[in-house]
This record gives sequence, C-alpha cells and structure tokens, in this order.
Amino acid sequence: MSRVLGRIFIASLARRRLATALSLFAIALGVALGLAVQIIHAAALDEFGRGMRLLAGEADLQVAGSREGFDDALYGPLAMREEVADASPVVELEVRLPSHGRSLPLFGIDALRAAHVHPALMPQATEPGREGAALAWLQPDALFLSPAAQAELGVAVGDRLDVVAAARVVSLHVAGGVPGARQGRALAVMDIAAAQQLFGRVGRITRIDLSLKEGLDVAAARDALAAGLPPGVEVLTPSAAEELAAGLSRAYRVNLTMLATIALVTGGFLVFSTQFLAVARRRQEFAFLRALGLDRGSLMRGLLVEGAVVGLAGGLLGIVLGHGIAVVAFAVAGGDLGAGYFSALSPALRFDPVASGAYLLLGVLAGLAGAWQPAREAWHMLPALALKSGDEAAMFRFRAHPRSASACLAGAAALCLLPSLGGVPVFGYLAVALILVGAVLVLPILVRGFARIASLLRRPLWRLANARLAAAPGQGVVAGAGVVASVALAVAMAIMVASFRDSVDRWLTAVLPADLYVSASPQGTSGFLDPAVLGRIAALPGVSRTMPLRFDTLRLDDRRLPVVLIARPLDGGKLLPLVGLATPPAAGEMPAWVSEAMADLFAVATGDALVLPLGGKSVTFRVAGVWRDYARQQGAVAIELADYRAVTGDLVANDVGVLLAEGASFDTVAAAVRDIVGENTVRIASPGEIRARSLAIFDRTFLVTYAMEAVAVLIGLFGVSTSFAVLAIARRKEFGMLRHLGMTRREVGRLITLEGVLTAAAGTALGLAAGTAIAVVLIEVVNRQSFHWSMDLTLPIGGLLAFAVTVIALAGIAARVSGYQAMRGTAVMAVREDW
Amino acid sequence: MDWRCFAHALAFAVCGVLAVPAADAAPDYPPVLPGATLRFPADGGAHPDYRTEWWYVTGWITDDRGVERGFQVTFFRVRTGIGEDNPSRFAPRQLVLAHAAIADPAVGRLLHAERSERELEPLAGAETGATGVWIRDWQLAWGQDHYRSRVDAGSFAFDLRFDPSGPPVLNGDKGFSQKAPDPKHASHYYSRPQLVVSGSLRVDGNTVPVKGRAWLDHEWSSELLPEGARGWDWIGINLHDGGSLMAFRMRDERGGSMWSAGTLRAAGGAVRALQREQVALTPQRRWRSPRTGAEYAVEWVIDIDGRRLELRPLMDDQELDSRRSTGAVYWEGAVRLFESGREIGRGYLEMTGYAERLRM
Repeated sequence: MSRVLGRIFIASLARRRLATALSLFAIALGVALGLAVQIIHAAALDEFGRGMRLLAGEADLQVAGSREGFDDALYGPLAMREEVADASPVVELEVRLPSHGRSLPLFGIDALRAAHVHPALMPQATEPGREGAALAWLQPDALFLSPAAQAELGVAVGDRLDVVAAARVVSLHVAGGVPGARQGRALAVMDIAAAQQLFGRVGRITRIDLSLKEGLDVAAARDALAAGLPPGVEVLTPSAAEELAAGLSRAYRVNLTMLATIALVTGGFLVFSTQFLAVARRRQEFAFLRALGLDRGSLMRGLLVEGAVVGLAGGLLGIVLGHGIAVVAFAVAGGDLGAGYFSALSPALRFDPVASGAYLLLGVLAGLAGAWQPAREAWHMLPALALKSGDEAAMFRFRAHPRSASACLAGAAALCLLPSLGGVPVFGYLAVALILVGAVLVLPILVRGFARIASLLRRPLWRLANARLAAAPGQGVVAGAGVVASVALAVAMAIMVASFRDSVDRWLTAVLPADLYVSASPQGTSGFLDPAVLGRIAALPGVSRTMPLRFDTLRLDDRRLPVVLIARPLDGGKLLPLVGLATPPAAGEMPAWVSEAMADLFAVATGDALVLPLGGKSVTFRVAGVWRDYARQQGAVAIELADYRAVTGDLVANDVGVLLAEGASFDTVAAAVRDIVGENTVRIASPGEIRARSLAIFDRTFLVTYAMEAVAVLIGLFGVSTSFAVLAIARRKEFGMLRHLGMTRREVGRLITLEGVLTAAAGTALGLAAGTAIAVVLIEVVNRQSFHWSMDLTLPIGGLLAFAVTVIALAGIAARVSGYQAMRGTAVMAVREDW
Repeated sequence: MDWRCFAHALAFAVCGVLAVPAADAAPDYPPVLPGATLRFPADGGAHPDYRTEWWYVTGWITDDRGVERGFQVTFFRVRTGIGEDNPSRFAPRQLVLAHAAIADPAVGRLLHAERSERELEPLAGAETGATGVWIRDWQLAWGQDHYRSRVDAGSFAFDLRFDPSGPPVLNGDKGFSQKAPDPKHASHYYSRPQLVVSGSLRVDGNTVPVKGRAWLDHEWSSELLPEGARGWDWIGINLHDGGSLMAFRMRDERGGSMWSAGTLRAAGGAVRALQREQVALTPQRRWRSPRTGAEYAVEWVIDIDGRRLELRPLMDDQELDSRRSTGAVYWEGAVRLFESGREIGRGYLEMTGYAERLRM
C-alpha cells in the first residue's frame, strides 16, 4: 500500500504544484497565525501573572481599594487581627520620569515588613561607603531600582533620578537595587512613609498584603477580614486578582484566534476544492486502478492521506512561521499585539510544544476535512461507469438547498439573541459561521439566477454560459464558494472597522470639549494639580473656563476589576457622548453617568440608584444616563466634579481642560500654563493632538487584525483562481469540442471569462450581503459582548463597490488566464483524449 | 549593659547612624549628663528623645522536672532622625526591635528569633511613663508591681512574670554610666537584679511551668560607641546570697581593655560602683563557633576589687547568629559564677565583636 500511496497519491500532489502549494500555504497561514496569537498571549499572560505573583509575594490575601488608595488607619488593626501572621502595607504609584519621557511603577513599602510577605521587593542598599542598610531603606530621598529599571533608564546606584511629584520635579537618590525583582521587570521601591509624603498621599495606601497564620481556611479568613472593611475596600486572593486582569484581554485574544481559525478554514476549503477537482480529473485513473484490483477502502485512504499530507506539511510550515511571526510581533508590537493590555512587559518567547502540537493536529485535520468529501465520492464511484469519459459530470450535480440555507440563516439570527459565555461571545461567532454556511448554500440558486438573467441577452456566448452553469452548477459553486467566503469576511471586517473608527472619532470629539488640555499624570499617578495651581490657571488671561478632571478607580465588588471614576464638570451630562435616553435626576439627588461597559457588567440602567464608595463612605447616586466609552473596558462612571469635591473634600485634579476666550491664542495660554507649573511636570496638548494620538493607537490596535484579515482574503482569492484553473483544465475536452464546432480560441476565452465573471458576480453579491450581515453581528453581538461598547453602523459604500468590482475583474482574469492555459494544445489533441 | 549588643544586632542600622549622620539635619539628641535623677516608674518608660534605648531581660529558669535553661528577651528602641517632619503614620521616626532566645542544654545551641518594626500603633511601640514596649504580640510591660513578658516565636514561646525583690540598682554615678574615657560616651543605666520569675515556657511543642531568677537592664543614651571600640564583654549575675554583680569591659581593635566598670550590690542592699581599676575580666578557655568561625572566651576569671571569681557557661554554644536577617553575631549566654570552687551566683555573659568582620 505504502509504495502505491507514494506513486499514485502523494506524487499527484506534486503534479498540481500551484494548487497544492496554495492549499498548503493557506493551512500554514492558519496554523501560523493561530499559533502566533497563542504563543504571544501565553507568554504575555505568563509574564503578567508572574509579575502579579512577584508583587503579591507570599501573600495569601490582598486588601485593595481604589487607585488613589484607602485610609491607612486600616492597616494597624488588620495587621493585629487574629488570622494574620504578617501584613505588609504598600503604596503603588506610576511615577513619571520627566527626563526619560516615561513612567515607572513605584512601590512604597515597609522594608521591615516586606521581607516576610514579598521578599522580591526587598531593597538592597549597595552603595559603597555608605553603611547602614536598614536606615538607608528608610531615608526619605532613597530610591531602589530593579536591575531592569537601572538598565532601561541608564541609571546606576549612587546616581540621582528626577521624578514628578504633584506638579514638582524632585530629585531622588538611587541608593541601591531590588535584586529580587524578576529579570525584565522595571520597578522602583522606596520607603512607604517617604512615598506618602513625597507624592501627597499621607494617610492613604493602595494595598495591604496579608499572609495568614498556618492552617487557616483562606476563604473563611477572607470573609472574616472583609466584614470590617469600609465600602470600596475589598479582600482578594492574589490568584483572583490575576484572573481578573487576565480576563480583560480574553475577548481580544479570542477575537484574534477566531481570525486565525478563518485562515485555517480557508485552507481546509482550498484543500477541498483542489482535491475535489483532482478527483474529478483523475476519475478514470481511479476507475482503472480499481479494475486492476485496488479496493475502494485503499482508494479512499489514499485520497485522505493526500489531504493529510498537505495538512501536515502546511502545519509544519505553520509552526515555523508562527514562531517567526511571534518573534517579529514581539519586537514590533509588544506582548499585547499593540492593544495596550500588557504594556511595560517584556516577556520571553519560548517554544510551546503543546500548542504547536495542537495546531499541527488542526492543520492535519483541516487537510483531512478538505479531502473527506472527494474521498467519499471516490469510494462511491462505480469503476465500470467511471471508466467511460464524462462520468465526472455526475460529481458536479450539486443541488441547491434552500431549506438548509434558510435554516442556517434563521439559526444565526437566533444565536445573536443569546448572551456571551464567560465574557466570550461564543454564539456570536457561531452565528457568523452559520451566515457563511447559509450564504454558500444559497449560492447555487443565485448562480443559476444570474445565468438566467444573462441568457436574456440571447447571444450565443451568453446562452452557452447559461447552459453550462445551469447544467453543472457544482463547478460554479466550488469556485464561487471561495469568493463568497472571502468577500463576506473582507466586507464584514471593513464595515466593522469603518464603523468603529468613525464612532471613535466622533466619541473623541465629544469627550474633548476644551481647547487645551493640561495633564499632570498622562502616564502615571505621581503627578497632580493642586487647587492653588488650578486657581492660577483659571485666572490666566485668555482663559474663559477651566474644567478640572479627577480620575480614580472604584472597587464596587471583589469579583470584578475596579471601575474608573471620572469627576469633572459635565453640565448635567451635556458634555458626555450619551447613548439612549437620559433622565435628569430629581432635585437633591446626585447624578452619575455610567459607561456602556459598566451598565452591562454591573447591570445598572438609567434611573437606577448607584452606590459608589467615595472617600471611605457609601454615597448614593442616581444613574442619569449611559455614555459611550471606548477607553475603559472594565467600566467607568462619570460624576460632577462639584459632587465629588463635596463628598470627598479632595480638591486636586489630574488634568484640567481649558476653554479659551474669544481670540486667545493656544500657544500664549500654553506658555502661561508652563510658567505656572514648570516645563517638565505636565503635558499640554490640544484636542486635535489628543485625537490624532488616540486614533493612531486605534489604528495600531487594529493593524494586526487588518493584516491577518488581508492575508486570509488574499489566500481565498488565490484559491478561487486556482479553482478556475483546475476547472479549465478539466474542461479541455469541452473546449476542444467547441473549437471543432467553429468557435475561435478567442471566443472560447470570452466564454470562460464570462462564466468566471458571472460566477464571481454571484459570489460577490452574496458576499456583500453576507458580509454586511456578519458586520452587524460583529458590531451588535461580538463587540458588544466582548468589549461592551456600541458603535454606529457606517457603510463605506465606495470602498466596498470598488472592492467588489476588483474581485469580479480578478475572477474574470483568473478564468481567462487559466482558459488560455487549457487551450494551449490543438483542438484535435484535446478532443482525442475522449477516445 | 547591653547597648553594644544592640549596636551589633542592628549592625547595619545603627552603625549607619553612627558613622554617617542622616543627610537631613540630624535631630537634636539630648546628651547624657551626670546629675540627673532617675524616677520610677516614670524612667522605666521610654525616653524617645534619646537616640537609643533598650530593655534587656536575661535569666535562668527551671521547669517542673528540674530542667534548667537560660532565656533572653530584649526590646530596643532607636530614634532614627528620619521623617521627623513627615506627618505619615508610617514615618520611621522610631524603630522598635526585639530579640528572644532560649538556651537549652538538651538542644546544645540557642533557639532564637527576632522582630523589627517602625513604631506604629497598635503594632509596635515604646510607652513613656512606665515600662511598656511591644512588637505585635511580643511584649514587656510593667504592671503595678511586676514586669510581664510574652514572646511567641513559633519554635518556642514564653509568658513570664518578673517580681522585683528590691529597688532598681543605679549603675555608675546614680545611673550615669560612663562607657569610655571621654564622659560624652555615657548612658543612663539602671538594673533590676534578683527578679523572681514565674510563668510558662513552650519548647518542642510542650508547655511547662517554670520558675527562676532574672535580671533586667534598662539603658538609654545618645552618644554610643567610642572611637576604636571593637567589642565588649559584659556580665550580670544574681548572687545566691541575694546580692548582684554587673561588670563590663570595652575592647579596642587589638582586644585590649579600653574601659571597664561594674556595680556590686550586697545582699543587704548597699550598692558599690566599681571603678575602672577595680574591675578586670580575663578570658580563659576558648570555644570556636563552627558556624561563624568566631572564637569566644566561654570561661573567665573576674577580679572584683581583690576578689577572684570564675565564670563558666551553661553550655559552650550560646552564639546568636542572625546573619541572615539583621546580620548580628554575638555570644549571649547563661553562665555560673564560682568563688573558690563554690557556685555563688548565676546570670548572663555577653560577648560581641568576636565574629569575622561583617560585610556592612
């Protein structure tokens, strides 16, 4: 069997090199993309988790509140609790480094306590000539940098490092290292009291890490400890915290994996179409082999092996490619593929045998699946009949399946109504798949319809094309299905991305109402603007109004990530991009506007009461509306700055938006603001700059998506042209006959082109319709469930039409080129094959 | 007289303070001057203005089966001079540190543990007004008419009550104890010898009642080490006749005596301050630590104003090696005092500065 296999089956792959290569490459691409996404995210998540574990150290539990922290008076009583063996208070900050144009995570710790709970953060005073490590730890200007931070910043022990504290630049002394910090983790450590004083956080800490007495039940201890805590402060297990953070990027990862799957499915489909046509062409050969004694089981196995070999080769190539892509992606876009989930991580890339094996298997399965139907066909073949020429036409007797098609489409509609599974829109993706299948099932009907319309022209060529497509719609379907799938996916992505970008653009305009933005903490939490500075900016000539912004995070429960709090003047919600109806709250109630993500995640709606933990108290707000927010996937709530200040007494701001008076110049006011706050402490930007920057980030995020999609579509189109080529070769006899009947080579070429164009037009029309439907599913179901944001549907009609015309033209050209190839021989030779 | 131990216990920390004043203006540490009158119980409490202070209890205890062990519990307070203007509750103005150890001949070496914290209610602190110092559940406190100390270090634990059998013994000149030829190196220093011990001890998971005799030293100062001091040797002995003996010598780099002094309290209560020339501590048998390689004199001849006394340890290996944490290595152990071959008292011997010079 094996020698037969080698000679008859696998060798046949070599004979149709182009088709085999394309199938192989499509599978390789699917495997490579899927594997690359897997590797990159596994590495990034791994690094992320390791980082969180490093920071959690030996802690069994973490007491955490908002980004701005909670009352540090909680620390003493908690540390003295019966259940607690050791407690370590932490002030976590992102410190802006003005001279490096970046920020650095800084941990204010109690070095005397940290050794027990998170030894990895222990500072080590290594400066020669300065004795007294314990006291060196405590010095108010002493900063300890991890090896990675020292390397990245180019600072050595003994140097000084400038940091932004409030709206000042402060020079700190690099007194030593943090040797326990993992390789590649840039972080700084300083004394907790010094950090509190320096960064204006006296009285507040952001975390208390607890290790429990041995033998205690962690869950029970957690409940007991949580009972006495003020609102907004929760007790988490480190693994839960890690899971929450990793969950944030899950939807994005699933999205990318889905795109990889599409490439893989495309590959499988190409295997199908090439195998199918190859089986059709080799029908007589197989019948002959059967007559010589090859049993049908061996024949089927042989054909399956052909598919599997293509899958295996594609899979192996894909594994190599996938690792290559991962390396390049790491270098170019970082561990989050540009999406910003894991910024500041530099994960190490490793060969992942399990994932590689799994994707190799998927590649082989794609090859097998593609070869299955043609192999079954061969199995069913009756050798006596198949030995006669023309029997292969039986294979192309595809029937339209209007019932199945409508069932698929109805199923897709129903699936769209189902909620997500664990934050992943499984049913949305299934609906997309069903729409595709439905569209392919509709295709034979449509192709026949198109042909019938064409035949109305009553010209011989058109009628020939009609007759051909009506008699053997299967051939058209095989080629056209690729067109439908590729066009549908390309159109869907184009519509979705256009809608998204358009919505983001409009959203940015809505959320940036001021003329000039002064940001004290564009990257970090170490800078802020105090009331005196805010007052002086407001009093500047040329300033008509200032809108200070205060950011914080609020922990509403221990099962979800904290939501972002935005306190700023909102003019009763007029300054927010509201969606749906807004109802102003009754007098005496404080309004809050929740983002769509928050409305989804926390099940709050306009008119509901919303209790927010502000300043250690539970404060009741009334939800006055829902607004669109593309920036904070974990949810955000906006409240009036005046309410925030009244409740918390906190008068500082992170940013301030400045509205210019009539005729005032941006540059003059910007310079005046710089005079007040200093050159390096704040960033001043116009809304235009911020918008441009945000859209650049948006484009970068989608760059990977675009690239993957483009490649998948390209492969699909290539597949279509190979289908035509193979079809044309299979029809050599037919073309020879037409030549004998008096058609010129040119006319036959036009016939082929016409058929190709008709098929492609049907496929493209269907692809446009299906693509629009898929785009709606992506926008309304997949995005909504993955990221909890809505967007307005935008149809880039011009672009889509141009794309459709291009696809049809390409299909025509492909058909024409393959037709010429098929007619290279003389008509006599071509016809002679029949006898 | 255990401040030197403290200096070593916090080898990194305190030497840092001493060697290099904080970058910011150093706080005004009050000087230790002769002529101050110590009042009790007020002076049993903390003196937070001074740079360093400690309460040091050592003693011999016997359990209900007659097993004899030594114990030590020490609380240190240090004013760091850091963060004095910082309103944060974590401001490290004052640190509190503690060492605890059990000398059990059946174990053959010390069981010991330590803790250090910044002063922070309710975790750690040193009260003024009366003795009261603690780090979480470790504590030493004066209540009405006795001290109580509780320590749980996991591998061992004790809860002991100390009843004084006499008034505090003021060392040096009415509590002004000079440490070096220059009188600026001095401390306020009193001892509570002959403390009657009762309570419980847990070792090897068994809690047993114990009784015994102990000694408390309380000392505070601002100006510690004299130039060129390498280490010191100190004893505090409860004499069987009801009296007590404290003596120390400070060694220079070559091991010679830089300074020595002592206090001898007679059974009747009469206290004699022993001057430099009246006290001589002479090393005899030596023992080398297998861990650190340091060589300690574990037997001594002590000449007190014409009386020749001999000192022998409960066991040789009473070295406290905490290099993995604070870095301190010293010998702190239970000893017996003999005169003419007869045991006349029991107490503690402390030797520091013998280990290899530590990386600092």
